[in-house]
Amino acid sequence: MHILVCIKQVPDTKIIKVNPKTNTLDRSSAPAILNPYDAHAVEEAVRLRKIYGGKVTVLSMGPPQARNAIRKCVEIGADEGILISDRRFAGADTLATSYALFKAVEKIQKTDGVDLILCGKHAIDGDTGQTGPGVARRLGIPPLTCVIRVEDVDVENRTLKVHRKVEEGYEVIASTLPSLLTVEKEINEVSWAPLPNMIRAARYEPSVWNVDDLDDVDIKQLGLKGSPTIVGKMWPPEKSKGAKMISGDPADQTVAVMKIFMKEQELFTKAGRKN
Amino acid sequence: MRVNIDDYRGVWVFMEQKEGQLLDVGLELLAAGQDLARKLEVDVCGVLLGDGVKPLTNQIFEAGADKVYVIDDPILKFYRTETYMKAVGDLVRKYKPEIFLYGATSNGKDLASAVATDVLCGLTADTTLMDVNVEKRLFEASRPAFGGNIMATILCKKHRPQMATVRPKVIKRLPPEPGRTGEVVEEVITLKEEDLKTKVLEIVKSSKKAVNLEEADIIVAAGKGVKDAKGFAMVAELAEAMNATLGASRDVVEAGLCGHERQVGQTGATVTPKVYVAVGISGAIQHLVGMQNAELIVAINSDREAPIFQAAHYGIEADAFTVVPMLTEAFRKELSREPAGEETEETEGVTSRG
Repeated sequence: MHILVCIKQVPDTKIIKVNPKTNTLDRSSAPAILNPYDAHAVEEAVRLRKIYGGKVTVLSMGPPQARNAIRKCVEIGADEGILISDRRFAGADTLATSYALFKAVEKIQKTDGVDLILCGKHAIDGDTGQTGPGVARRLGIPPLTCVIRVEDVDVENRTLKVHRKVEEGYEVIASTLPSLLTVEKEINEVSWAPLPNMIRAARYEPSVWNVDDLDDVDIKQLGLKGSPTIVGKMWPPEKSKGAKMISGDPADQTVAVMKIFMKEQELFTKAGRKN
Repeated sequence: MRVNIDDYRGVWVFMEQKEGQLLDVGLELLAAGQDLARKLEVDVCGVLLGDGVKPLTNQIFEAGADKVYVIDDPILKFYRTETYMKAVGDLVRKYKPEIFLYGATSNGKDLASAVATDVLCGLTADTTLMDVNVEKRLFEASRPAFGGNIMATILCKKHRPQMATVRPKVIKRLPPEPGRTGEVVEEVITLKEEDLKTKVLEIVKSSKKAVNLEEADIIVAAGKGVKDAKGFAMVAELAEAMNATLGASRDVVEAGLCGHERQVGQTGATVTPKVYVAVGISGAIQHLVGMQNAELIVAINSDREAPIFQAAHYGIEADAFTVVPMLTEAFRKELSREPAGEETEETEGVTSRG
């Protein structure tokens, strides 16, 4: 079984800083990492390969330094990595990104065939979760989002069964191969990389393709030109004036805050606990 | 993919339903949709798909819709991307709305992503603020980006419809207008079951959802300032005394003091309770994006510089281990005065809050 995993290198949004003058992100303030949700997708692909055999290839679009994110996937256990990198891809929103990835998947399909595509739930920089389903739509294969378990893959009969998380619990869904799955983080625990993987990853050079390496590309659908959405303005989230501090010793503070709470007395007496 | 944008008129809202029950988020979005539609002087329309769902149209009109597009077919009984995408895509191609809103639920996000690629239009995810430039008929969808570090307004100038998913509970529903009605437009879906690739075999409901932070009116949440299981238990007691649901920051979950289902924040639940009490939570941006829309936020922390005091309405700089038990005691005393179970329907609405 050939499993393709779409991954993204992202700035670590936990520590990224905003330039207060320009309201833009200071990307140099945050290290570039493998999108954490994608690590779960790679881990799941490696797990499935152990059961069903085959090969795990990762695919990414990004600048040349995104090779490091692919190396991280090799650490987790991916066999091969492909980076599509070209200035003409730059400035893409989710629609244009899904087009570029789709073109790369088509090329991979021609030589290797693709049985299953995995993606992380969403990237932590864009937070959209739109690219994976977009790629599936372009390929004409079913997207299965919010997957928390791959129950069974029947490679011979080209079917699979997954659990899909929904608000009230989960759905058990049967689908056909190839399908595209976006996985939630609870699908697995990303394990520590074994030493041989780390050594291989350190030396690994992914294949890098540019636009001309892909077939029948409509340049108008790439990058900024192919993106229907643009970012208008950016501004820092509204900072509240800050809390009104309740002073005094703990007993005074308790009395004072109770007065505030008791303006809502009927809320506290009526509230049903949701646990 | 370039379209004549002047052909597109009207504001649509996807009315997600499960087992014949409309989700709240769709009703909330009718309020936002009505606001946009009035400014643009067009109709706000609900889009309703399912099996046996036609009776729901009344509720949609009462919640503010002028028109409802309905496709009622057994093939649409359960949400599936392939059927819903086809049905909604066909509606869009035929009736051409200029703005189309979806709730940012599992299915809403899935559907909107598929439809955007199907009809090749722009889509903004997890919108929290909406407005429209009337002159240019340009929808302004704003959302937190980069883990909540910045807000960004997303525009879509040359493609229609302008689509967005919107988080539940950021918009207030309109009070329903009993008897309000409108136009029902019925359409059909052309797919056949045997041509489909996916099947919903089963829906397994968590017997009782262990914790439902999203729906909670009162939340008391513990952060790493509570230190250990004993400190966590102390906060749990306060939660109980306040009739509150117990939440936690990521640190507390990762320390194993409680399960992920209690986590509030970017990688946990986004909550909008009426009261949120943060105990020993420092207030990392990832936590704040998950709770900053609570109506009343009270923070208890021994560090005056903790960022949670920026987001809170009231702050108590104190040692949680001293003040939390006192507060628990105060609530027990205060609330036990109220004879339990004697609250009647009439009191509702008489005592308005805040």
